[in-house]
Amino acid sequence: MTFLSKPLAFASTLALACLALHPGAAFAQKGETVKIGWIDPLSGLMAPIGQNQLKSFQYLAELFNKSNPAGVKFEIVPFDNKVSPAESLTALKAAIDQNIRYITQGDGSGSAGALVDAVNKHNERNPGHEVLYMNYAAVDPDLTNSKCSYWHFRLDADTSMKMEALTTFIKDQKDIHKVYIIGQNYAHGLQVARFAKADLARKRPDIEIVGEDLHPLAKVTDFAPYVAKIKASGADTVVTGNWGSDLALLIKAANEAGLNVKFFTYYANNSGTPTSLGAGAAGRVYFVGYGHPNMTGTIRKLQDDFKAKFNDDFYVADIYTELQLLSEAMARAKSTDPVKVAAALEGLRLKSYNGDIEMRKSDHQLQQDLWISVWQKTDAKNPYSVENTGYTFAPVAHYDAYVASTPTSCQMKRPS
Amino acid sequence: MDQTVINILNGLSSGLLLFMLSSGLTLIFSMMGVLNFAHAGFYMLGAYVGYASSRVVGFWAALAIAPLVVGVLGAAFERLCLRRVHRLGHVPELLVTFGLSYLILELVQVVWGRAPVAFDPPALLAQPAFTLVQSAAAGLSVVAGHADAATCAHAACTTFPATRAFMMGVALLMLLALWLLLRHTRVGLVIQAALTHPEMAEALGHDVPRVFMLVFGAGCALAGLAGVVGGSTFVTEPAMAGAIGAILFVVVVVGGTGSLVGAFVGSLLIGLLQTVPLTVDKSLADAASALGWHVAIDSAAWPLMKLTLAQVAPILPYLLLVLILIFRPRGLFGTRDD
Repeated sequence: MTFLSKPLAFASTLALACLALHPGAAFAQKGETVKIGWIDPLSGLMAPIGQNQLKSFQYLAELFNKSNPAGVKFEIVPFDNKVSPAESLTALKAAIDQNIRYITQGDGSGSAGALVDAVNKHNERNPGHEVLYMNYAAVDPDLTNSKCSYWHFRLDADTSMKMEALTTFIKDQKDIHKVYIIGQNYAHGLQVARFAKADLARKRPDIEIVGEDLHPLAKVTDFAPYVAKIKASGADTVVTGNWGSDLALLIKAANEAGLNVKFFTYYANNSGTPTSLGAGAAGRVYFVGYGHPNMTGTIRKLQDDFKAKFNDDFYVADIYTELQLLSEAMARAKSTDPVKVAAALEGLRLKSYNGDIEMRKSDHQLQQDLWISVWQKTDAKNPYSVENTGYTFAPVAHYDAYVASTPTSCQMKRPS
Repeated sequence: MDQTVINILNGLSSGLLLFMLSSGLTLIFSMMGVLNFAHAGFYMLGAYVGYASSRVVGFWAALAIAPLVVGVLGAAFERLCLRRVHRLGHVPELLVTFGLSYLILELVQVVWGRAPVAFDPPALLAQPAFTLVQSAAAGLSVVAGHADAATCAHAACTTFPATRAFMMGVALLMLLALWLLLRHTRVGLVIQAALTHPEMAEALGHDVPRVFMLVFGAGCALAGLAGVVGGSTFVTEPAMAGAIGAILFVVVVVGGTGSLVGAFVGSLLIGLLQTVPLTVDKSLADAASALGWHVAIDSAAWPLMKLTLAQVAPILPYLLLVLILIFRPRGLFGTRDD
């Protein structure tokens, strides 16, 4: 090819790409089926969480299919990633091969990081076949800072935001003097420890960090040695980002050893953990999140209906936010093409079950209110029995979105 | 002080659980001359059978039923499969047990699913066995069960769960029974003879293949018993076989293949090595500076020197495995030179 024909070749490629980008230009998106590839664990220690999330997705897809602003039909296609970044990439490949243009993942920032990289590369190399990645639970701040991507949208509050809320609460707890930080040895656990130390030093410099531990993700079945260590350190409070079996078994071991300290967690509401909390943990275990089990309105109805149907708790409520945002963006873009939907998602503001939300344009981090709630017996004000234990998480603090909002260093590369 | 005691007890209890597995594995090794790769699989099978039967007949009956079921399955496997392959030599035997381990794993996943099952200990074991009370005035004391709230108000109380005490009790009873059987009964004499001199035992009129089948079945039953105890104390899920399988081979190699004493010492050693270092937050750099040699943060060795013992704890058993294989290939108590 001579150098003269290059502009011509480029122009024709561009024209083809434009054609490919606008296959449905003449049609509305109404009635189209949108397949969402769900890439999360269905085997191993984290399987109970994955199963709950998949059920929640399928349940909500069915609900949204009855009526949504865009009039589209959502179909959830599950892929088991065994909480492994490598398996997540295999799943992504399979999803792309099945012509799935939307993927969603949440359990583990390791897998999330791998998926962001892979989606970036795929979208760069395959114009017209872009894939959009909706992250509903992986909270490593890097994903919306140094590693931020135009194709990635996060529905959950990130580690720094949740820690901001937690430490704002801890600031006023005068009985906290010695804190122990324990976490899973990967991006998330490291980030929780980093932000806990930085935020506590800023807000409560008198608090002493008496110990810090990292353990393998989803491998440990015996937490007794770690609990003995926490006990020996003289800590009165434990801060942990652990989730799934790593939190359930940690608290089980703590209860068995009679470790009588406060736990500030990110995920005490995850499947299996409430059951292991039991009566012994009442008043001592807190969790920070974008909601709590005793909210009223839309979400209460969904929770009750979900329980009646599956005898399980619906707690990953940002799945609702995800489908709400997607269908609204599709309606505004008048298309299900991920490129147009991504553009419509940027800066999108909605009223959701937990108040006003905004998909921040600069880094694609959802801005929403946060709550801190504590494990206690159900009462008239907080009647929802979590995992049929007779106990619940009752809200003790509510922070508006701006309180926990953290700045971003994201320099997003937008497709021109 | 109280936490040191708890740490050592934790280490000993997981070591004793390992012994329930390694004793059977090492007996089978003495007999066949090859490692039974499916041994951890039988452990997992014990946990699942225990879980399934405990839902029908309760935990205590399950504690008897599961080892029986697993033992019969093990004996049947020896009789119907391993015995046929035995003539072909060691490698086919090894491969057959290797294949069986995968078969068990898949079978368990098909029947009970890939997620953990809720196998909880009975109410009797769900409470503390004893409480360590560490007070500034009276020092360390032990109270059976729960200590009363008044005592714990001005002293540090640490409870030791009954599940772990039960685990230690079962393993020690098993050790005693095994020792009595092998040393002081006629059956034990025949087994020992068949293990070391099979031709001579056969010439004297003993049915050696039947002895092998019984030993294999008994080894599997012990693994099944360990499965019920371990599965209810920790977690019953499909990865449990893989997790304990790797460490089991370390125990057998370190203790010396074919030696019961070796299996016992190796199990306790690995059990302690898995738990105690987790509680030490000192690194090589700390040790060096205690000796007066300060490692600079920008030196090339720093990334390695800064690792604390707690961080490297998971690899210590495997490090020991490599060292033993280099310096004492037959293990601490092994008798074989091959």
